[in-house]
Amino acid sequence: MQFKRSVFFLFVVVLALSVPLVGAQDAQVIKIASQSPLSGPQSVLGTSIRNAVELAIEQLSGPLTEMGYSVEFVPFDDQATPDVGVANANLLVNDAAIMAVIGHLNSGVAIPSSEVYNDNNLVMVSPANTNIAITDRGLPVVNRICGRDDTQGAAGAAFAASLEGVESVYVLHDTTAYGQGVADFFQKAAAEEGLTVLGFEGTTETANFEGVIQPILALDPDLIYFGGIYSQTGIFINQARAAGYEGLYMGPDGFDSSEFAELAGDAGVNTYYTTVAAPPTFYPAAAQFIEDYTAKFGEPPQPFAAQAYDSTGIVLAAIQSVLESGEELTREAVAAAVRATENYEGMTGTYTFDDNGDPELATYVILQVGSSDPAEWSNNAVLADFQAPSPLAAAAEATPSS
Amino acid sequence: MAANSVRQTPWTTVRATLKRPVVAGAMLIFYIVAAVVILSSLDRGNLWFPFYSTLLFPTLILSPFFVLAAPVQGWFKGVLVVVLLFVAIPYLGMRDTSYLELVIQICIFAGLALGLNIVVGFAGLLDLGYIAFFAVGAYMWAMFTSGAPTVFNINGWLVPETAFYIFIIFGIIVAAIVGILLGLPVLRLRGDYLAIVTLGFGEMIRVIANNLDQPINFTNGSQGLFDVGRPPIPFFMRDGVLTAERMLGLSITNVEPLSQQLLFYFIAIGIVAIIIMVARRLDNSPIGRAWTAIREDEVAAIAMGVPLVRMKLMAFAMGASFAGAIGVIYGAKQTFVSPESFSLIQSISILAMVIVGGMGGIRGALLGAVIVTLLNLLVLKNLSLQINALRNVDFIVPIINFRIQNWPSQLEPAKYERLIFGLLLILMMIFRPAGLLPEPRRRMELAQKKEEEAILGEGASPAADVLNDQPTVTARPDAEQA
Amino acid sequence: MLDAGRSSLGSVSARSVLGWVYRFILFPIGQMLVFIVGAALVLTLLSYLLALLFPEPRPNISLMTQVNRQLPGMIVSGITIGFVYAMIALGYTLVYGVLKFINFAHSEIFMFGSVVGFEVMQRLAEGGNLPGWSPVLLVAFVVLAAMLASGLLAVLIERVAYRPLRGAPRLVPLISAIGVSFFMIDVVRAFQAITRNDFNLTYPLNNLEWIRNPVKLAIGEATVNIRPTQFIVVLGAVVTLIALNYFVNGTKLGRGIRAVSQDMATAGLMGINVNRMISLTFFVGGAFGGAAGALFGMNVGTVTPFVGFIPGIKAFTAAVLGGIGNITGALLGGLTLGLIESFLNGLLVYFPVLGQRYTDVFAFSVLILILIFRPSGLLGERVDEKV
Repeated sequence: MQFKRSVFFLFVVVLALSVPLVGAQDAQVIKIASQSPLSGPQSVLGTSIRNAVELAIEQLSGPLTEMGYSVEFVPFDDQATPDVGVANANLLVNDAAIMAVIGHLNSGVAIPSSEVYNDNNLVMVSPANTNIAITDRGLPVVNRICGRDDTQGAAGAAFAASLEGVESVYVLHDTTAYGQGVADFFQKAAAEEGLTVLGFEGTTETANFEGVIQPILALDPDLIYFGGIYSQTGIFINQARAAGYEGLYMGPDGFDSSEFAELAGDAGVNTYYTTVAAPPTFYPAAAQFIEDYTAKFGEPPQPFAAQAYDSTGIVLAAIQSVLESGEELTREAVAAAVRATENYEGMTGTYTFDDNGDPELATYVILQVGSSDPAEWSNNAVLADFQAPSPLAAAAEATPSS
Repeated sequence: MAANSVRQTPWTTVRATLKRPVVAGAMLIFYIVAAVVILSSLDRGNLWFPFYSTLLFPTLILSPFFVLAAPVQGWFKGVLVVVLLFVAIPYLGMRDTSYLELVIQICIFAGLALGLNIVVGFAGLLDLGYIAFFAVGAYMWAMFTSGAPTVFNINGWLVPETAFYIFIIFGIIVAAIVGILLGLPVLRLRGDYLAIVTLGFGEMIRVIANNLDQPINFTNGSQGLFDVGRPPIPFFMRDGVLTAERMLGLSITNVEPLSQQLLFYFIAIGIVAIIIMVARRLDNSPIGRAWTAIREDEVAAIAMGVPLVRMKLMAFAMGASFAGAIGVIYGAKQTFVSPESFSLIQSISILAMVIVGGMGGIRGALLGAVIVTLLNLLVLKNLSLQINALRNVDFIVPIINFRIQNWPSQLEPAKYERLIFGLLLILMMIFRPAGLLPEPRRRMELAQKKEEEAILGEGASPAADVLNDQPTVTARPDAEQA
Repeated sequence: MLDAGRSSLGSVSARSVLGWVYRFILFPIGQMLVFIVGAALVLTLLSYLLALLFPEPRPNISLMTQVNRQLPGMIVSGITIGFVYAMIALGYTLVYGVLKFINFAHSEIFMFGSVVGFEVMQRLAEGGNLPGWSPVLLVAFVVLAAMLASGLLAVLIERVAYRPLRGAPRLVPLISAIGVSFFMIDVVRAFQAITRNDFNLTYPLNNLEWIRNPVKLAIGEATVNIRPTQFIVVLGAVVTLIALNYFVNGTKLGRGIRAVSQDMATAGLMGINVNRMISLTFFVGGAFGGAAGALFGMNVGTVTPFVGFIPGIKAFTAAVLGGIGNITGALLGGLTLGLIESFLNGLLVYFPVLGQRYTDVFAFSVLILILIFRPSGLLGERVDEKV
């Protein structure tokens, strides 16, 4: 009783204190949210996405400011965990001023969170999610500007098959939606390319891979493909080399972080990886971005930062077009305008969304790690790059319009 | 508040006035109304919004506990709680669905905490894998209604969504069966051995859910089951929302999701109400007394003729069935079920809820669920949002002249949930080891311990007490036996 | 190990040096050898049995050949991780022996040891003279620093979070321990975030020539690379385990700990300072956790503030497997679990549908099976209840 009454009085005081806050909203604020892991093993990539969105809002919101709106940035930390992402989503959809979300990094987080966005017509543009289920669900609010795992996995397999002396592969994944998804596509395509798939294994181990490595040593594959993210794969590669594995390594875009070089050390040099987001240095138009980003945040941008910048640009342009058309600025209108984006000239490419929210043409790049020095990461050699249409765009091309 | 003096001071007069039912009732009404009005008119555009919603929302959600403890008549308490649950919170939810979402989450965790309370609090069986039963319920519903390419998804033909309510019952039955199956092999174990084995079971269920996409795709593995079915919105729910919108002059843009959320809200409080009733009945039944006997002294319980095996299995099955029912709701609400949601950390935080609230008591478990969930989902997140909002306007803390922009982003509060949570657990255990609302019997036990300790002196007491579950007379002083 | 010591409660000096050497050096080493050889032998036989039952579990793969190739590698990696588990399990078991509660925060003491090991090495590397150190001295220095830091941390945790709860029901300190565990993870994380702005902490081993050259062994069809760090882990574990055996069974302080663990009240009445003995137990257990952390960190190369969780759970499993509260049991449990895991990892790959993803499921199944038949673990004594 004693405890409760004192707490009760405390609460009454709180009530009284907050009366002055009741007031009307300033309608001239537009907020853009980002969701990415800002803490935990993948925070290097997540923070870079967050920073790039902040930079984009700062640099690209000029037209909106002239119209009398102020654009604010609200970053969220999804901790690379589905439950946290959904909780954040439920929180941010209730801020009526938030007009768009840029994110996520992890497909496993983006899929459940986007259901919440969809319920509330809030548009999401993803710079990094490659899982096919992201857009294949056909949600009107979900868009991405990067490629897809089916194409990425197949491209990796085709490249692996073209390498001299590679006849057998061993496929590992991290048992997440992303890692297992892309590894599965690689495995299937590799078998079609005539490679022998010696194993397809998932592991949640993050530190000690000795047990995982033993059967690999005995099977002695020419190449190990690890569908996972650098914080896990880098350590694995380091240990596998030390344990005596002498073949090649390959991975998906989850390898793409300068932290990989640090974790994998010398063992990581010459590792191949495919990516849907080429490093900023790959794009001539991104030179200014790299310079600005480095000046503002004190370190060079990580992969996906340039894509996050472009995603924000697409959203801002869509909001601007809604305002210019004289329509009321609603989330539905912004979502429709984003989906209708045509030939948006970003620094990482020209983007047009298909009906599922995939970019009609996505760039895929195959790179090779050149050095164990993290500072040299952006100088990794580009071995191949090509553009591939999204499934919808490909289907549209295949059936001539009647 | 033991009034050990009868002196008349102004303070005692005030207290006496407050204890009068009329005054207390009026204060409660004022309190709830004020909280709802202020919360619903707080403005998200306001710089200090996160801070104030963090302060205010808990005051509203915790009000039932004040109502129940207030010196007013029973029917009045009932009316207040009903008004709060059926008018105040839905109204607030229409203004801002994130509050509704929070209350649904609280209900989900409250149901889980009540279920675990049966296993740990009533029967004294330490279960560290409780989340597994929750997973069973969630997968139960999700497997049959997900749009993911599972074996049950035959060309898009799925279990119709109207079957949701039947599936809650299925969830109860299946989870209870799983509870018994898991309970059987571990009956002989006790204490810490039981803890590690249940922990193992919890992990096994998760691993199996993660891998049952081969050879036959049951769970869609790590990809998770997306596009899970939701119970159909009854027409009166939608109509109700529209009527409320007209009457209250609100402008609701998303009627469909709001009705959906409201439906889940009512289902969730309904289930929690049923769970509370069942738990109360159990507590005061021969079964409940048998559990208490097992918890207090297993050997003595056997000697007194308590059917140990049956009672332990019953506790496992009961606790599991609650989690199963809640799991079905969770699966439908989340529309996405993946193994990552059922980790050991979840089991531990449910255990923490039970213990923070007060083990063995129903009110305690509820309070624990409310506090821990609010802390995780509201308080810490809002602190981060607040810091970010202040950073956006380049706020400078007066007096100490600290620029919020200089606050390192590595130190955002939301990143350190565990730190605050951990600290809270430690402090709770040190200062209120029986929980915030201790169950009377527990309180008696603790008082007894203190006495014992006083007799023995420091250093000698632990041996007598740490063996609480396995009483060995050797270490106990005769004083206690007397 | 306790068993050997029981007879040596009398004064050591009176006995011959040979007896001392036998009791405190040869006997524990022999015990470890018996455990390792025994567990490895049983698992090897099971592997060959499996190979006979399923000669070709997947097309074009002969299980027999694979077992032949992998056997030495699986045993070596199993022993390495087994010793790490055993060292962590000792911390659980020592504390359990004295206070009868699971110190859930022990996994974070292990993590702390690995992070301290990283900090020490990183500081040395930043000083620029890391390659100049002699290997033995460097490893000893890093491990001792981690032991000291973790031991002190364990004592501090006991003082702050457990001692005020001595009289409470047994779930209360357990929850407090979980709280400490959460708290520690985030404190270390915050510290690393501020000082290094980094999460993955990589030991600066790349410029140490001696640590990068593995020893190649060829046994029949199999070649196995034994890394120097694996030697270090095993050697470090053996040395510290012998030291622990001597400490517990051969010194006066050790006798005090044993007395307290057998009967705290009586020990107190006999003039033993129970609180000091409990602190000492935490120090020793924590130091072991710290040593395990540093050795583990050197072996795997990269640690994070979350690194303690999985080894902690596994080591706890090992302690229960061996019989919690029993020091020899922790050793047996750790080595057995390490080897079981290594064999499962090595062989499940060849079975379609199963795979390494089920390693933990099988490992836990083994634990449950053992506990069904021996509810107090392999070496645990059946505690009969007196009413």
